Amino acid sequence: MPLAIEIANIKNAKHSTETECRLVADLRIKGKLMANQDLISLETDHRVEETAERLGMSRREFLQFCAAIATSLGLPQGADAAVAEAIATKKRPSVIWLHFQECTGCTESMLRAEHPTLEKLILDVISLDYHETLFAAAGHQVEAARKTAMEENKGKYILVVEGAIPTKDGGIYCKIGGKTAIELLKECAADAAAIIAIGSCSSWGGMPSTGINPTGSSGVASVLKRPVVTIPGCPPNPYNFMSTVVHFLTFGSLPALDQLGRPKFAYSRLVHENCERRAHFDAGRFAMDFGDEGHRKGYCLYKLGCKGPETYANCPTVMFGDAGGGTWPVGCGHPCIGCTEQGVGFEKPIHAMAKMKNIEPSVFLPRIVEEKGVGSSLGSAAVLAAVAGAAAGAGAMVAKNLGLSHKAEELEQAKNKGQKANETTEV
Amino acid sequence: MSVHSHAAPEPVGGKLFNTATFILGILVAVMFAILIVRFIFGLGAVTNLNDGYPWGIWVVVDVVIGSAFACGGFSVAMLVYIFNKGQYHPLVRPALLASLFGYTLAGVGVLFDLGRWWNFWHILWPTYANPNSVMFEVALCISAYIIVMWIEFSPVFMEKWGMKVQKQKLEKVLFFFIALGTLLPMMHQSSLGTLLVVMGPQVNPLWQTPIVPLLYLLSAITIGYGIVLFESCVTAAAYRRQIEMHLLQPMAKVMLGVLAVFVALRAGDLIVRGALGHAFAPSLEAFFFWLEIGCFLMPFLLIGSQGARRNPAMLFLAGCSIMMGGILMRINGFLIGYDTGLGVDHGWNYFPSIAEMLVTIGMFAIEILAYIIITRRFPVLPREEAQAAH
Repeated sequence: MPLAIEIANIKNAKHSTETECRLVADLRIKGKLMANQDLISLETDHRVEETAERLGMSRREFLQFCAAIATSLGLPQGADAAVAEAIATKKRPSVIWLHFQECTGCTESMLRAEHPTLEKLILDVISLDYHETLFAAAGHQVEAARKTAMEENKGKYILVVEGAIPTKDGGIYCKIGGKTAIELLKECAADAAAIIAIGSCSSWGGMPSTGINPTGSSGVASVLKRPVVTIPGCPPNPYNFMSTVVHFLTFGSLPALDQLGRPKFAYSRLVHENCERRAHFDAGRFAMDFGDEGHRKGYCLYKLGCKGPETYANCPTVMFGDAGGGTWPVGCGHPCIGCTEQGVGFEKPIHAMAKMKNIEPSVFLPRIVEEKGVGSSLGSAAVLAAVAGAAAGAGAMVAKNLGLSHKAEELEQAKNKGQKANETTEV
Repeated sequence: MSVHSHAAPEPVGGKLFNTATFILGILVAVMFAILIVRFIFGLGAVTNLNDGYPWGIWVVVDVVIGSAFACGGFSVAMLVYIFNKGQYHPLVRPALLASLFGYTLAGVGVLFDLGRWWNFWHILWPTYANPNSVMFEVALCISAYIIVMWIEFSPVFMEKWGMKVQKQKLEKVLFFFIALGTLLPMMHQSSLGTLLVVMGPQVNPLWQTPIVPLLYLLSAITIGYGIVLFESCVTAAAYRRQIEMHLLQPMAKVMLGVLAVFVALRAGDLIVRGALGHAFAPSLEAFFFWLEIGCFLMPFLLIGSQGARRNPAMLFLAGCSIMMGGILMRINGFLIGYDTGLGVDHGWNYFPSIAEMLVTIGMFAIEILAYIIITRRFPVLPREEAQAAH
């Protein structure tokens, strides 16, 4: 079962943060966490059964989903039961979802999640009171619905922003119902209990803000001048969004965030740290070209420009886009483009090598296939033969000359001897 | 230089620029051109070296064979100063000159083969040096020996430039350098063999044995005498001089003695280790093994008799034969009998590229060129008339 595999993956990742642990411990002490701290014991709970039935999934699947949410949040054992109970019993929070400069990819990935029940769950866990893509109604009707929801849930609703906000020329580059994106955002943000910026565009400006940034695209936090929860990614994993919402639902507060407003459970580690290809990086085995021997063997993609070493995200553990185990970009053989990281995604060329945040690999690592050497070429054999021939020829000539002079000398000696002998006989 | 009185050496004289030096100069220039490419673009740009054969002819020929060929000075000095055979003294200076350049170029030649050559000084720098390494021993010994030889040879320059006082001072301490000059080659010539011991099973059993350091030392001494025979004959032929037959004849006998010990040890070792079977395998290694052994046995055939030793042509051929044996022994051990894949990982191959060969040729051209220039202009070879008077 893919979900079970993912739970196992997530458990291995251990994204636990201290704050979360303390939160659960506090809840336990206060007795807020129900007596059922064991998820399995909830299987017989009628509320769980009813919820599962309502969602059109089996009871077991529902509980597994809750466990996955709890683990991806890095919560300790027992929290899964709390999550299940919260989803089964608590009033669904009202959500107002705004779309600005974006491609609707974040919504798409949420609705086209691999698990057929996830989108149902999302829509069940939250009360989606305003969403331009999903609403059947249009025009004044839908704007009225937004106003009503905001008034009814004043100070309690969650505002989700998808897409960047154009700020140039008074924000005229994005208007909905006659209002600029800036006006809409400020209006909706005023009475929101929490603001979640989903996707890289609303987190810091994302793709529309690259290059010359013609419309002055900015993130939610910079427009509102207050910190918001950001869930960057292009698109982000739906689990990261779901987990944040469920955390809010279960504990009434947002999960621990880093200095950029990103939930720590999802963005505290580099892609590089839990990457399935990390062993290849450490061993110095790199793909050098798309389709080369190393690429086919699944070697590290660092030299093809993988931005995993400078990108904070939990893609290696929860997989990118919830498209199923092993199907995230690196798993498919494409380098991470760093979509969650401002200054990396859409900013650096895909082929450019990442700036290592920890140790840089040596440039003197072996190639994928070592050349085993070439034999003699016609030219090299000829040169060697020429040298050998010249040496042999010269040697033979020297030897011949030496031999000749030796012979001549010996003849002369013999002649001298003969002469001497003659002389002696004459005398 | 010694107590033995002999004909004082004197410059041969004559023109420096002729066909021979012109051709040698071109070969040297070609070498420098290739080396510029090599030092800028790396070893891969000019050589056929690979991971399986990280040592090519620049190491095996320029350094290992080059330094063995440069053992003439050492072999003759040993005969003169250790065994007190003073009559060989006139051979010392020419032999030393050949050794001087052989070794200096071998030392420089190592640099060509260093991938990161700019770190060459690391091997001798105390914080980088690894005293447990055979390479360190070789590097230290060769660099020390090069310095020692230049000191040993410096009286030649002092005589030429009239530095009488300095020469007198030097001659008082020269015995120390001569002793060092005999010790150091013994150390590193054997260590060059130790490299094969270290390579272990990668080297064919025909050349890999625990006694390979001794075999390398003995063969280096023999090659030293062989090179003196060769060089004396060639010098005589080229400069149209008398050959020092009265010296070469007995020296050839000494050479045969050392060679006999070497061949006996080589054969005994192969039999004791049971490695002789490899020599009868139908392989390239076996062919080159017999070629090598043939070259080492040839001198016995050529100059085994007293009569044959009187013939300079035979002495010359015997010298060539021993040199050939030394070349083959080293190429066999380091390249032909070397298999990086241990017989498991097939396909490793090495044959020197033209550029590689041209550099090696250029190195030998420098040696010959320097020999010509120095013998023509500096007092190295014995005076001709004095020779005749002997």
